[in-house]
Amino acid sequence: MHELAIAQSVVDAVAERLPDARITCVALEVGKLSGIAPDALRFCFELVASDTGLAGAALEISEPAGLARCETCRTEFALDSLILLCRCGSADVHVVSGDQLLINSVRVA
Amino acid sequence: MVSPADAVAGAGHTHDHGPAPGHAPDNDHAHGGRSPHDNDHAHHDGNPHVHAHEQDGHIVLLEQRVLAKNDLQAQRNRAWLSERRICVVNLMSAPGSGKTTLLERTIRELGTRLGLSVIEGDQETLLDAERIRATGCQVVQINTGAGCHLDAEMMERGLRELDPAAGSLVIVENVGNLVCPALFDLGETYRVVVTAVTEGADKPLKYPQMFRGADLVVLNKADLLPYLDVEAAHFAANVSLVNPGADMVTVSATRGDGMTAWYDRLAALVPGS
Repeated sequence: MHELAIAQSVVDAVAERLPDARITCVALEVGKLSGIAPDALRFCFELVASDTGLAGAALEISEPAGLARCETCRTEFALDSLILLCRCGSADVHVVSGDQLLINSVRVA
Repeated sequence: MVSPADAVAGAGHTHDHGPAPGHAPDNDHAHGGRSPHDNDHAHHDGNPHVHAHEQDGHIVLLEQRVLAKNDLQAQRNRAWLSERRICVVNLMSAPGSGKTTLLERTIRELGTRLGLSVIEGDQETLLDAERIRATGCQVVQINTGAGCHLDAEMMERGLRELDPAAGSLVIVENVGNLVCPALFDLGETYRVVVTAVTEGADKPLKYPQMFRGADLVVLNKADLLPYLDVEAAHFAANVSLVNPGADMVTVSATRGDGMTAWYDRLAALVPGS
């Protein structure tokens, strides 16, 4: 599953920025529209982090909700899925938030 | 990069909530307009402070996109390809939609005209590469092992090994998977999603991320439509729902129906073809 690649990317990114650090916690932002399942990510993270400076680190995952903006009527509205249709009938809609996949911060021991 | 000292001492405030690391809120640093945290915790008004029950250690702000490394390699791939006027088509689908058959016919009928070469992605075996090689087309196989998608780094290795000619067209047949490949930019020029009619008309609704990212959707195995309770128009309507801008063609790779429309799209990618 791709959460494995995502978890590996998280571990690699942190290890590259802080090569000698022991990490006790990682704060991630996994948008509700990002296509990543947080539970699967936790599972994979535990596997890939072992034998690295992130072994045993806690994962704090915030899941920002989907938010879209309609370019026709200029309103913003909540989005549950990637079906981009505004109530005004326009499909000229783009995602403002909810598809992000970010490493916000880490706690270093 | 924010140093650990800044994050703890004073450029805003850090706060802990339970076992989680805190992070400085608001805009004392650039983060592309998005808040780095969602607001399900209380902000204390006023003064910067560190909670009394502060855990050991210190916070380091990273604010890095998880896919930054892949995206950077994808951009490098894109630049390399652009310099050589090479177009790359990323061909994605569920397993068994007929991608390889579509490719075989395309190479037979169009290969020399567009200078086609192929990168094959599969978990295991060289079977697809062998089918392509049998057409006389240049091909490289990437085996991902446990991996479920190609990524930009694999793409770079594949391109190096394939060494496509300037001004040519490369088709990448991604690992059969409607979920994961959508997330990984390879540096491609054009994204194609192939769906067989046997998969049902509601596929685009069930896999919106994949279909949303498509430039072109190919509905394949159209020769089977008379035997199925599926309508091409219904499928097309669902594609439009998740991706209003998507182009679509309906083909039968085995019989040859509708293939001209597919060939026209490929030819349009290669100037002077």
